[in-house]
Amino acid sequence: MDVSRRDFLKITGGTAIAGAVGISIEAKDANAAAGLRTKDAKVTTTVCPYCSVGCSILVHTKDGKVINTEGDAESPINEGALCPKGASLYELANNPYRLKTPLYRAPGASEWKEVEWDWALDQIARRIKDTRDRTFKATSKIKVKEKGPDGKDVEVEKEFVVNRTDGIAHVGSAALDNEECYLIQKLTRSWGLVWIEHQARI
Amino acid sequence: MTNHWIDVKNADVILVMGGNPASNHPISMKWIMKAREKGAKLIVVDPRFTQTAAKADIYAQIRSGTDIAFLGGMIKYIIDNNLYFKEYVINYTDAPFIVKEDFKMPGELDGLYSGYDEKTRKYDKATWSFQMDENGLPKRDNSLKDPRSVFQLLKKHYSRYTIDKVSEVTGTPKEKLLQVYKTYASTGKPNRVGTELYAMGWTQHTVGTQNIRAMSIIQLLLGNIGMAGGGINALRGESNVQGATDYGVLFHILTGYNPTPSASLVDLKSYIEKFTPKTKETRSVNWWSNRPKYITSYLKAIYGSKATEENDYCYSYLPKLDDGMNASWLNLFDNMYKGKFEGFFAWGQNPACSSANANKVRKALAKLKWMVNVNLWENETSTFWKGPEMNPKDIETEVFMLPCSASMEKEGSISNSGRLAQWRYKAVEPYGQSLPDAEIMNELYYRVKRLYQKEGGKFPDPIINLTWDYGEKDKDGKVKHLDIHAVAKEINGYYLEDVYDKKVDPPKLIGKKGELINGFPNLQADGTTSCGNWLYCGSYAHVDGKIVNKMAKRGKDDPTGLGLFPNWAWSWPLNRRVIYNRASVDPKGNPWDPNRAIIKWNPTKINPATNKPGMWEGDIPDGPAPPLADEKAGKLPFIMKPLGVASLFGAGLADGPFPEHYEPLECPLQENPFSKKQRINPTIKLFYSKEGGLQEDIFLSCDVRFPYVCSTYRVTEHWQTGVMTRHTPWLLELQPQLFVEISKELAAEKNIKTGDKVIVSSARGKVWAIANVTDRLKPFKVMNSTIHQVGLPYHYGWKFPVDGSGGDTANLLTPTVGDPNTMIPESKAFMVNIEKA
Repeated sequence: MDVSRRDFLKITGGTAIAGAVGISIEAKDANAAAGLRTKDAKVTTTVCPYCSVGCSILVHTKDGKVINTEGDAESPINEGALCPKGASLYELANNPYRLKTPLYRAPGASEWKEVEWDWALDQIARRIKDTRDRTFKATSKIKVKEKGPDGKDVEVEKEFVVNRTDGIAHVGSAALDNEECYLIQKLTRSWGLVWIEHQARI
Repeated sequence: MTNHWIDVKNADVILVMGGNPASNHPISMKWIMKAREKGAKLIVVDPRFTQTAAKADIYAQIRSGTDIAFLGGMIKYIIDNNLYFKEYVINYTDAPFIVKEDFKMPGELDGLYSGYDEKTRKYDKATWSFQMDENGLPKRDNSLKDPRSVFQLLKKHYSRYTIDKVSEVTGTPKEKLLQVYKTYASTGKPNRVGTELYAMGWTQHTVGTQNIRAMSIIQLLLGNIGMAGGGINALRGESNVQGATDYGVLFHILTGYNPTPSASLVDLKSYIEKFTPKTKETRSVNWWSNRPKYITSYLKAIYGSKATEENDYCYSYLPKLDDGMNASWLNLFDNMYKGKFEGFFAWGQNPACSSANANKVRKALAKLKWMVNVNLWENETSTFWKGPEMNPKDIETEVFMLPCSASMEKEGSISNSGRLAQWRYKAVEPYGQSLPDAEIMNELYYRVKRLYQKEGGKFPDPIINLTWDYGEKDKDGKVKHLDIHAVAKEINGYYLEDVYDKKVDPPKLIGKKGELINGFPNLQADGTTSCGNWLYCGSYAHVDGKIVNKMAKRGKDDPTGLGLFPNWAWSWPLNRRVIYNRASVDPKGNPWDPNRAIIKWNPTKINPATNKPGMWEGDIPDGPAPPLADEKAGKLPFIMKPLGVASLFGAGLADGPFPEHYEPLECPLQENPFSKKQRINPTIKLFYSKEGGLQEDIFLSCDVRFPYVCSTYRVTEHWQTGVMTRHTPWLLELQPQLFVEISKELAAEKNIKTGDKVIVSSARGKVWAIANVTDRLKPFKVMNSTIHQVGLPYHYGWKFPVDGSGGDTANLLTPTVGDPNTMIPESKAFMVNIEKA
């Protein structure tokens, strides 16, 4: 996307008012303006990864690269409009700061080391298994109320099956897709985790 | 959201309180402004004159943490002036029910409800219940005059919330309060509707749940729930925080809001008994009576053919909490700080900046043996060991930083605030070596399973028997590339056998073995159906013999003209766009407001499902039963409640059936003006007290060293801890660094000018910020004293920009304390000091 920084500021307003009402570019005009740049580009739709309004965004790609993103005029929710964050999706797709490889930090180390996926995943799997086996709690003693001989509630300690891993906690994420959220809760619970949380709690 | 974003256009009055959509959900302003164009009034109540307030018809300034006082005053105003919607209140709420004689309220017990135990800081709720008649139903008085009726108790409770008292506590001028009350209460008429929009401004308080309940009570009194243009609408902060909650990525729920099991629920039968409500109310749908179908189908989804009736559908594979155990966020990091975890996953989260009392979190991370962080960028969590006041040599934590793909580099659905699941497509290949999160999960699933298969270990069964049928497998049995559509279908659910409706003679085929189920009413409790999340059953279904991903639909028809767009994507449940919509019609099924008919009963139209006359038109109704007035089959509108009516009396809450004002943990007042003995919510967990606790959790209320009320908030250009937006140059340039907003009056007192570097400090930490002296904040007159409030966004972190020019997170200031119902931290009201740097 060849929008200059100045144009971008103009589009998004960069201030209260445009931020408040979003950008209302007429859909046709936007397409016409983008016509040259996006000619013969592949178009896919996406949904903005930021807030929860669920604005639809068009992603134009050429030669495997995102060359433009803009509000999807077909969406009845945003009708083509986007706020500054949504309008900057292009920079998320073309972002020089992103991580390219897995990194590892050894105990006591003062720097990262680039590592291979295969190695990192094997190491993590090993840590999961070792910690799980070390901290797995098959049963737990819990105080529960039961009816005593006189019919009144009495507190008794009993041992119950809990089958959980006490030594691992997990947080995240509201940044995952639904299908991934389903997989992560399924996977972490199969490992026995109960300390599972995400952004909704904060 | 009970309703959805576009629906805001149908409102007559929009109350924004506890949120700031113009800054944080900017495109929603399109629908707020659309309503205003048609004459609707926008009311904004906020400590700060926000960007939303700039568009408001009425702006009322309120001291942080006093929303219940403000809303309690509105409840009193509505009842005193007879502005409630009587027919709605009598028929669709518990207002006429008679409460037990020994139930006592804060006005009688100086701030407490009956049943409080000081030692455990919990209530015994035995008295918080109704008197029952001979049929096992609550006794009722439809005249609403019985002094023990919920309505009269509500009236009595809020009689203490006089306009003078409310004004003194909130700092809102009396005339402003009256203006807001009058305008909002105007929606109590059948042909007027009001909506409420809130976000973290309501949840991040030690009375967060009760803030929302106070508003729910107002919406019920005014008959605004279920209506187009009404409801109570949480503006969720993340693109898929709705979905992540629906999918049970939380300690207390599995998918579809099925509770996680605890130890004493020893088998599926006892789980079902505990969580399946019973009712004697024949007109109640009591939807949770379907729980056995949902939990059994979930176990069939995750354990497949291994889950049989004989082995209790592998119920023992689910990890169990100890009874009463709370594994929520603040407790999680408290345990981590105390060295109780070896391993930790921060997957798509940055708790070193996002968590309240972030300093404690940063120190806690150093106690771990190992951590896995999955993100698009390095962040303050993954790199905590390089952070301020950290010496890497002393930190033994191993860290694995895994790069994941961005949203346009993979395929899948996310659910917006309006429960609308929309499909996203892959536009380009993942950046660098990054992998879609689902592929990382696929790898970890396989590798951990392989270790257990090779080496054995503790209770390998739940790992080895987990279903993972998501695509073609290689020679070692590993799924080569995870097919996200296969996951979406597993979530939707399958018929595992030919399933028949046995209630009719001869039994009628509902679904064929192997087909995708077209909606959760067809789920079974006998193991013949699977479904990963019942709420999403029907999202990816067989329709007329074809498989349809309804989340990917892009139809533009809007038959009601109310903006439902039923063929644009798919919303849970069953593509219903407004939940509780049966409350939008009178007992005969006629819309309270014919000009805004979200549903209506057509008594003559032949219903194809029953082949008899009578069916609903409009939105998907909250259940197909005929309207309440039908003597044989009529049903009450609040289908999730065992008694079929909405609860003004919230007996299930930790801190009382009616919301009561308590001061924030840290506040500028010595005493609670409503009850001298109870300054703070008596049921909150105190991590720190005079008797003990961690120094990290210290709080200082009414302390001269920290005299100013403070709130954290967000700006349009950044998002959450800023990891995504600080790395986006366009956005960082627009909002480059941490600032603190200060009123002109306070700035003059402190000799601070816009642009000055200042230090904002609390009992727990400090940050530098650039002073922004503004008219948007004004001092309050509270209990005859002048109170100053300041505010700052929390989007920054030491890691990026690399030169430190952004500052650090405002969460270094926030306290370790949560709401007793949700344990959401109180980040919206705490005490600070400000000094020139």
